[in-house]
Amino acid sequence: MNITEKILARASGKDKLEPGDVVFADVDKVMLHDVSGPGVIKTFEKLEKDGVVKVDKLFDPSMVWVAEDHFVPSAEKISAENISKLSKFTSKFGIKKHFKYGLGQYGICHTLSHEEGLVSPGELYIGGDSHTNTTGALGAFACGLGHTDVAYVLLNGNLWFKVPETLYFKINGKLPEHVMAKDLILKIIGDITTEGGAGYAMQFGGSGISDMSVESRLTLTNMTTEAGAKNGIIEPDQKVFDYLAERGVTEYDAVYDDDGAQYEKTYEYDASELEPLVAKPFSPQNVSVVQETTGIEIDKSYIGSCTGAKYEDLEAVAKILKGRKVKVRTEVVPAAISIYKKAAENGLDKIFLDAGAVIGAPTCGACCGAHMGVLAKDEVCVSTTNRNFPGRMGHIDSKTYLTSPLVAAASAVTGKLTDPRDL
Amino acid sequence: MKGKVIKYDQDNIDTDVILPGQYLKLHDHAELGEHAMEGMDPNFHSKAKEANIIVTGKNFGCGSSREHAPIAISACGIEAVLALSFARIFYRNSVDGAYLLPIEIDEKTYASISENDELEIDTSKNEVKNLTKNETYAMKPFPDLISKIIKAGGLFKYKP
Repeated sequence: MNITEKILARASGKDKLEPGDVVFADVDKVMLHDVSGPGVIKTFEKLEKDGVVKVDKLFDPSMVWVAEDHFVPSAEKISAENISKLSKFTSKFGIKKHFKYGLGQYGICHTLSHEEGLVSPGELYIGGDSHTNTTGALGAFACGLGHTDVAYVLLNGNLWFKVPETLYFKINGKLPEHVMAKDLILKIIGDITTEGGAGYAMQFGGSGISDMSVESRLTLTNMTTEAGAKNGIIEPDQKVFDYLAERGVTEYDAVYDDDGAQYEKTYEYDASELEPLVAKPFSPQNVSVVQETTGIEIDKSYIGSCTGAKYEDLEAVAKILKGRKVKVRTEVVPAAISIYKKAAENGLDKIFLDAGAVIGAPTCGACCGAHMGVLAKDEVCVSTTNRNFPGRMGHIDSKTYLTSPLVAAASAVTGKLTDPRDL
Repeated sequence: MKGKVIKYDQDNIDTDVILPGQYLKLHDHAELGEHAMEGMDPNFHSKAKEANIIVTGKNFGCGSSREHAPIAISACGIEAVLALSFARIFYRNSVDGAYLLPIEIDEKTYASISENDELEIDTSKNEVKNLTKNETYAMKPFPDLISKIIKAGGLFKYKP
């Protein structure tokens, strides 16, 4: 079995599983945020009203954690009410890990999952958000679900899963200096399309992955969601163990591919041959090299989200912005307070401010077009985020170009889509 | 079930156009219904007064895991979506939350069905009848567990 099959087999008490098998598996960790949380609350209210279930306690509150990320800081009353409801819910059911806006560490749910070491290798982790796939870079089975499924896990501790076929992406070689993991995942999505990974596990391995930092790997698994994958996953190695040890997490049962593990299909990429890429409006699969799009004028550069505002993403942006000025409005939104703090400790905040950019409080707001910097009609944005569907980041007639943090920063400096090598 | 068709002849209709992100803060089903398909079809609500089936291409419901998407269209009376394929979370949400039937059809069936056709769907026979054109198509049978969850009326009512 491969790593995905082995984690599902362990979690469902089976000796062996094959793709296509449907099992009820025990879940180790559950995440909800300020969109899926109130959704879960609503689901429970309805089920209780209909007499289907009685919700007086959760299966295990210690397996649950909650992030306030999509609608913080609250821009209006409905969002504020949702946050308030969420707080009442977590205190009523004894959920201790509730990361609250303005109260120490908080941030985007997927970023917290690794920054706080909330998920360990070998675990089965589900979350009420599609980009839950992100955390698979730590060697866990991580998968996004809607709030009915999350509610079911909260009450029962398990859920049905269909064992996916696995697509294996063997990455050779090192990424060149101006190329990031974001370029690699855009390349893959451009090749296999947004439905090419539909229902599959997308597993990454090879020397190119061993060479990559944990944060870079997280960018890859994060955007497996855009290819439609059930989960993205990478076998854990010493870099992952060290990363978790720095966060005080040392005990877990890491899982690896067996010898002779099967994959539905294997793709090979040479990372050293990649160039800076861009996904043009209105799909993450609409990929071309930045060189073919240079000169497209932009109104905004956005550096944010679970995809593109980890510490090393901010470092990459700082490398470009140091000693330069931005020509268009540029928003840097660190994905969590811990990242914001580290950026400040290392002087990155000064570089951003000197360049003329604004630094915002961690939020998903602008990435999902909800608040905190949405786009106006006909505006064009270069963004380190993960989706560029019509209206995703604001007005239905706005346009988003998805790029690496390096390209987003270089474009901020020129006011046009720019290959960082051309600065 | 029986009803008229709204056809969206395109692939990859994503959850951001089915229910735009700014409305994720809403959780009342009727309120969500007011914004259904707001990102792509301003005439959806008037069409949904007459129709209860959406027919569309590949990868319907791709993008976010928001359960708001099936909730919003079902709140407008949509009882089934017939598509060449579905994004996995949209499919799960539709079934587990018992909002609507996600039915997979083949390319030929897809090409045969037009806007405003009247269909009769019989999931026990895995059959879709086109009453307007007097044609009968096969639908892809639901996998065993999905079929049981649908019959139970959603995941919470299903007893493994």
